[in-house]
Amino acid sequence: MLSGKPSVFLLMVNGQIESADFPEFDELYCKYSYVYGHDWAPTTGLEEGISQITSKNRDSNQCFVWNFPMEITFKSTNPFGWPQIVISVYGADLFGNDVVRGYGGVHVPTTPGRHKRTIPMFVPESSSKLQKFTSWLTGRRPEFTDPKVVAQGEGREVTRVLSQGYVTISFNIVTKDLKKLGYDSIPANQTSDNTGF
Amino acid sequence: MASTENLREKIKSKRKALQASLGGSRQVDDNRASVAVEIENGARNENARKVEEIQNEDEQVENLKRTMKAQRQRRKKMLIDDIDDVHSEESIQEVNIITHQQRTLPPLPVPTPRTSFAEYSMREKMREKLKAARSKAQSAIQQEEASAPPQHLTPFKDQTSVIQFDTEVDEEDMKTAGVDELPHPSSKVRFHEIANKIKQKSKDGFPSAEEAYNFFTFNFDPEPEEAEEKSKKQKRVGAPKKIDHEEESEGDWDEEESTIRTEAEEEEEGEEEDQPLVKDNMDNEDDYLFIIDQTARDFLVIRAPDYESYYSRQQKDKKVLFTPSILTVATSEKIPEDMQPRFLEDEGIYVGERPKVSKSNQNILEHRLLKNKEGKKWFGSDGRIIALPNPIKQTYTRPPIFSLHEKVDPAIETFYKKAEKSIDDNRYIAGSMELQGRFQLDIDISGIVFTHHPMFSREHVLAAKLVQLYDQYLCRQQHNLAGLYSDKLCALRNAVKSITDYHHVHISVTQRRLVEYKSEIRTTRRMCHMEQEKDWTLLKNLVKVWKDVKSLREFQKFTNTPVKLCLRRQQINRKADEINYEREIQTEVAELLEDYQEEYENKLAEYKKKYEEWKAWRKAKKAKKKKKKSSDEQETDDTEESSMFEEFPKPDPPEQVDVSLVEQQVRTTAARIRRKPGEPVLTPELSMTATVTPTNQCPRGEQLRRQDVQRSTLYAKIIFNNKEVSRTSSQTLSADFRIHFGQIFNVQIINWPESIKIQIFETMGMSSTKTEVFIPIPETTVLTGSALIDEIEFSNAHRITFDHEGVGSGVPFSFEADGSNQMILLTSGKLACSVSWAVREDGVPLIPPVLHENVGVQRSLKHVDAILSIGTSGLTDMKKLARWAAESRLDPNDPSNACLMQLIMSATSGEALDHDYFRLEQLQEEFNFVSDEVFNKSKRFRLLQLRNEEVAEFHNFKQVPILDREISEKIFQEYEKKCHEKDTVDITSHLDPHRALVARFLQKVRDSVKNRFLLAKHHYILSDMVVEEAVPSISMLGISLFKLAEPRRPLRPRRKERKKVTAQNLSDGDIKLLVNIIRAYDVPIRKSIGGKPALTSRSARSINETFSTSQIPQSPTQSHEWFTNQTSVRPFVEVSFQRTVRQTSTAEGQNPNWNEELEIPFRAPNGDYSTASLQSVSDDVFINVFDEVVYDVLEDDRERGSDVHTRVERHWLGAVQVPFSTIYSQSRIDGTFRINTPPVLLGYSKERNLSSERGWEAVRSLSEGSYLSLFITVEPHLVPGEAVNEKMIEMLRKLETQEDEKLLQKAEKFQKEVKQKFPNRRCVTLVTDLTGKLVFITRFIKALSPPQELLDAFPQDYEATTELVARYVSLMPFLPDSISFAGICDLWCTSDQFLNLLAGDEEEHAVLLCNYFLAMGKKAWLVIGTAIPEGPTAYVLTYEQNQYVIWNSTTGQYYGQFDAFCPLQSVSCLVSADNVWFNVQKYETVMRVHFDTSKPNLWKPFFSRNFPFPGLSSVQPEELVYRRTDKAAAVELQDKIEKILKEKIMEWRPRHPTRWNRYCTATLRQFLPKLEFSRGGEVGDDHSAELQNQLGDYRISGFPINMSFSELSPIIEAVHSTGVHNTMIPQVEFALAVYVHPYPNNVLSVWIYVASLVRSR
Repeated sequence: MLSGKPSVFLLMVNGQIESADFPEFDELYCKYSYVYGHDWAPTTGLEEGISQITSKNRDSNQCFVWNFPMEITFKSTNPFGWPQIVISVYGADLFGNDVVRGYGGVHVPTTPGRHKRTIPMFVPESSSKLQKFTSWLTGRRPEFTDPKVVAQGEGREVTRVLSQGYVTISFNIVTKDLKKLGYDSIPANQTSDNTGF
Repeated sequence: MASTENLREKIKSKRKALQASLGGSRQVDDNRASVAVEIENGARNENARKVEEIQNEDEQVENLKRTMKAQRQRRKKMLIDDIDDVHSEESIQEVNIITHQQRTLPPLPVPTPRTSFAEYSMREKMREKLKAARSKAQSAIQQEEASAPPQHLTPFKDQTSVIQFDTEVDEEDMKTAGVDELPHPSSKVRFHEIANKIKQKSKDGFPSAEEAYNFFTFNFDPEPEEAEEKSKKQKRVGAPKKIDHEEESEGDWDEEESTIRTEAEEEEEGEEEDQPLVKDNMDNEDDYLFIIDQTARDFLVIRAPDYESYYSRQQKDKKVLFTPSILTVATSEKIPEDMQPRFLEDEGIYVGERPKVSKSNQNILEHRLLKNKEGKKWFGSDGRIIALPNPIKQTYTRPPIFSLHEKVDPAIETFYKKAEKSIDDNRYIAGSMELQGRFQLDIDISGIVFTHHPMFSREHVLAAKLVQLYDQYLCRQQHNLAGLYSDKLCALRNAVKSITDYHHVHISVTQRRLVEYKSEIRTTRRMCHMEQEKDWTLLKNLVKVWKDVKSLREFQKFTNTPVKLCLRRQQINRKADEINYEREIQTEVAELLEDYQEEYENKLAEYKKKYEEWKAWRKAKKAKKKKKKSSDEQETDDTEESSMFEEFPKPDPPEQVDVSLVEQQVRTTAARIRRKPGEPVLTPELSMTATVTPTNQCPRGEQLRRQDVQRSTLYAKIIFNNKEVSRTSSQTLSADFRIHFGQIFNVQIINWPESIKIQIFETMGMSSTKTEVFIPIPETTVLTGSALIDEIEFSNAHRITFDHEGVGSGVPFSFEADGSNQMILLTSGKLACSVSWAVREDGVPLIPPVLHENVGVQRSLKHVDAILSIGTSGLTDMKKLARWAAESRLDPNDPSNACLMQLIMSATSGEALDHDYFRLEQLQEEFNFVSDEVFNKSKRFRLLQLRNEEVAEFHNFKQVPILDREISEKIFQEYEKKCHEKDTVDITSHLDPHRALVARFLQKVRDSVKNRFLLAKHHYILSDMVVEEAVPSISMLGISLFKLAEPRRPLRPRRKERKKVTAQNLSDGDIKLLVNIIRAYDVPIRKSIGGKPALTSRSARSINETFSTSQIPQSPTQSHEWFTNQTSVRPFVEVSFQRTVRQTSTAEGQNPNWNEELEIPFRAPNGDYSTASLQSVSDDVFINVFDEVVYDVLEDDRERGSDVHTRVERHWLGAVQVPFSTIYSQSRIDGTFRINTPPVLLGYSKERNLSSERGWEAVRSLSEGSYLSLFITVEPHLVPGEAVNEKMIEMLRKLETQEDEKLLQKAEKFQKEVKQKFPNRRCVTLVTDLTGKLVFITRFIKALSPPQELLDAFPQDYEATTELVARYVSLMPFLPDSISFAGICDLWCTSDQFLNLLAGDEEEHAVLLCNYFLAMGKKAWLVIGTAIPEGPTAYVLTYEQNQYVIWNSTTGQYYGQFDAFCPLQSVSCLVSADNVWFNVQKYETVMRVHFDTSKPNLWKPFFSRNFPFPGLSSVQPEELVYRRTDKAAAVELQDKIEKILKEKIMEWRPRHPTRWNRYCTATLRQFLPKLEFSRGGEVGDDHSAELQNQLGDYRISGFPINMSFSELSPIIEAVHSTGVHNTMIPQVEFALAVYVHPYPNNVLSVWIYVASLVRSR
């Protein structure tokens, strides 16, 4: 197999959740997880993680810095269901309840190299004004049943969301055997010799 | 102007003065403030007295001077700046004659800085005194004024009824009238007083009591200011009974003060009364000031110079600021004096509703207005501000806007409108910025030549005409068309001649040519004549006009224009000319003659032909006439004919052409159009050499004209895209009416050129005229340098007349003396200009790029002639053009046609074939990444496709290999097999063809239903996506509040709600099944082997003890045995699920107590933990009760003392089976279950207390069997797929239904109502049938007779029959809906469908049983309720022998209403064939429910009097048809099952030999039918005895199992779960017997007897 045609390709993702921009909020932490198709399987690395709580920068731009590293390697036989990273940000509200501050997701970049992504974050809205008030009061805001729904399109039409802020992630992508299996993900203007491995 | 100057002067001097007197910046500031006031006042002055301005000026100066002087003097005396300011202010006030008396202040006591304590104490003392003095004075005044009315004026209108409008009634009186209506709290008054007092004191110095009193009396005037300041918070009218009030009113309202004074006041203010009013303020003031000055001087020494107290600042503010009061203004102030208010409304005149303004605002406004000098004009005669009626309509006239988004205010709702490119955008030349920058148009305006101008003299008109004609002449001369045509004519004639000369032979070609030539000659000649005529007339006109000019010059005796026409005479040879002329005429005549001849001949031929016809006709006519004479009968016909004939006229012969006539004709035309032979050729030459008469020699009219001409100037504006870009310098009109500009304008453009316009402006003295000339935008080829100057004509329709020689424009004038032959000339001229695209230094034209394509084409379409634009792409259809070219016989040799011909040639020859077809999605193939063949062949793609389609086998297939070769064919084999199966029925696996068919049908139904609901499955609702706390309702809040008040009970255990887990987060090993085995009751006990056969033991009857069982004698030994064998059973429980087995410890005795929790892992099929997948798990949890038997196997008795050698055996006692789907949907199962013990349990007996067991009375005791208390749940808590179900129902509501709409609504309403009251009770009214339609539940209930066979079985025994029927129903295989229609709601089958399918869940069983019972004449109902372990279910209720019996249709068992172990836990609905009753009783448990449906307070009927039963027809068939089951098939099946089971048992014992005891098997086989016959009844005892007899040497342990037959696998599973095969005893033998009892309609009862035999020694 080593010399012959490979039967899987590998996608190595490392990078970090660098920072976030959430006006009005403070003391936030984030969770990440991956959503991927049936043909994908993580081989090494952490599939999920929770970051530390960070306070907002006191200078003018007031960003949150996590610099939370993540590293994972996937193997796959099919680019369909390419992994998506799903990030959800939480923080304590006025009464100290842990409240979701944003959901967001983005596909892991398909091309090798360094990438930076800024993900707009959103939270589901309460279905009525009264509920908004009660949820504010009780500190139990509406949440997605599963943060992973942000990575899929089905059923989204029933939700209303409010955008909240941005999270910036940097990725370093290395792929192996992708091209050997016939998937050319590198744009033409990039040289093909930096495929890695 | 003057006033401001004055002011400035004043300011200056003032400042100077101030600086002189007091150093410091603050004063400057103050001055500024005052100056500001002054300026303001000044401004006001100006406005008010515009007219008087001049008169006042002097006065003002005077005044000012005076005041300045006074001020200066005063300033010398007093150094307090604020007072100073007051005066400066005042003086101006005076000047302005605005009489604000409060400004005329007496000097203020200087506020003292309260620094020294001594001072303070002094003041205190003084205050004391003052107070005393004041109160004294007050009391006196109060006494006086107790009756005196306060001053106040209320809105007059209010008082109309009270007050008589007497002229003598002064305002005072009116105020008195208003008193009562304005109540003012005395406390306020008092406060006011005190406040005043304090203030006064605080600012006072150190006066004695006397002084203080003096001061108090003096102090009237400063007071008002303070009051005014306070007027914001205090009502002026509020102090009616004291002097202060008076002062206040004075302060606020000068006018009032001037006029209104109460007597009391007058008395009080003795001195003041004498004071003159407004005008004399100055003097008074001075006096006051003087008085105060003396006191103030003392303080000056003490206090710090630059401190200004707050008070004084306030005072100053007051001077600057005006705070209008919010109090009502007296009406009298608002209307002119000596007028009474008049209310139009009261007089009956409509005034309309005034706009609503709050009273206080209105008052403020009134005050403000009154403050102005002419303020009164704002008030109407009723004393109110003049206002128009409220313009706002009370009702909406616009239609209300209904917004889609409710939240948005419709008024500010925004609509999305697609962005539209504005037209302007297109005007910008795209890319102009990055390209060569700007584009440039060069507009060259060289000059203007007027062809007519209003200032033309007559001579000019003629001259212009002459010039025009000459130009025309020159032009024609250049073209020389006449010469051209005559040459052509000559050539043609020669050609004709040559043809006729040399080719006499009449070849058709030449003949035709000749004809062509001739026709050509004809047309050419005509053209030639025309041109010649034109030339000739032009020449003649020229000469005529010149003659006119000459005569005019002579007539007017001066020359205006330098025009001079010379006619050059060219003498020619007269003779030759004449000959030439004559010859030409001759040839022409000859040609004409020829033509005529030809024509004549043609005509002649025609004539002849006609003549012949005529002749023939005449003949015929004559013949007819003859005939007519001969016969009268045909008369009618003849007349008709004759009439027809008569119309034929006799043709006239053509006339011969007269030669002389023709010649004459030719000659006249020649004379008309040509010069006469011999006449000299005249060539006109126009020159500008005539001398113009100098102006002084001209008559006056002409002189004036020339002056005017010189006066008028012209310039041109260049307007690009309607914007002026530039204009030329203005030029004077020259005498020859030509203007030379010679200017080139470089216009850099960004916008697309749309229009270029030049406006010519001519100014003559005052008037100016404008003429517009539009210039075409140049083609892109027109570049600077190559552009030609165009002459663009323009004209102007302005009508201009002059009183001098100028003819004017648009005016009729005449050259004739008598004024005839009038003509009207309009100003016109030619503008010589050129517009071209500029070229850069490097030669690049500055042309916008797009102009080529867009504008260029369009423009060329408009302007360029068609021929030239041929070849431009898209303009022409080549084919058509070619056809046209062929048809019109274009001369290919004509050079003007050259390009056209070339084009046509190329187009027709090298034309590519057009596609005549049209294709959709031509790019489709581009998107196919592999060809279809490859796609279909690829295993990988197939796998991916199948997975995507969610085919069960591949639903969650992970990691589809990337290469085809890695996918084994086996993956598909199974699937393909299954697909194949769908078509061909596999009989072998199903053992019974009918079952196979049913299975297939079921599969189809399942598929169709699945497809139907696939959509809904992907339909999400909010709760699927978002977790949101429900808004607490009031009741919930109430409960929680109540809970707060509840006493705390820390020791009370509370159940915590477990967190629900959605299925999608789970993976293998996450889910565990928790089974808590608590205890068992009445476990069968062992019988001693050696003991008597327990004849009295009735264990076998425990379950199905029939009421027919009678009088089984109670054994006396029973009690004995009870005691002796107490510990003779050691039961333990084993739970097996998905082949995982867990067991409890062993307990002792008949009623063991384990209380153990067993944990069993759960694995979902294919690792798919989705809700749908979990719902379709069909695994059962088997809970088996075993007896642990320990045998002493010690061979040698001698070792008994030292060794213990035992063998443990386990004997199956019974089982409880719980399907996982129930656990999943119920989330927990808690209760006591009856253990399914076999009818015969060899070696065991059941000890019970039987008291009376007679018939129905025995029911209670009968149900006593073995019971097991259990608690089963799933950890973690899984969310059952209920949401899906609800959605399904929603979906179904939309689906087709045959029920009446009214019924549906009623059902919904009913359901809603009861749901509100009893949310836990299930109300079933509408159910879904197998086709997915909603059907009302009562339609399912209908009496249907059971198979006759069953009825005949026990002809006498009614109860037995009933039981048999129940058993028959229970033998129908059970298949829960949740498994067959995973995630989809309950489907109800009709009974015939059920019998055909032979599979159904509780509802079908219950319906069938109910129907049977109804047919048997019982009173039966369907009970909807909940039971354990099924959950929501349906039972059957019958009423027999005065008691209600509940039937479990799936097991065939029945329970009395008061049976403690009845599995039915709650009753919510009863359904009969014609109604549905909902349980509205407090309790729902069976025991506490009254089943009397006639009571509406207990049972709420669906169909009541309000909504009677509409007579719904049943969906059930008229009659059930039963097929007799083939007995042979049953026997065959029996053998098959036996064989398979034996194989299986051997398979399960892989390491041990399995021996079969044939003898025993045979015995058992004989025994099984008996069991069936008695339904597991009484044969048990005999049987065991018999067995014991026959197999005496063996220790037998075994039991029969009874099942309904559906498939083989459940049977195998059941056998396996008994664990009989687990016996490890060496030498063990097995016996297995199977009996299949056929019931009608393929219902099979399967009996399996398994036993293990151990040979006992």
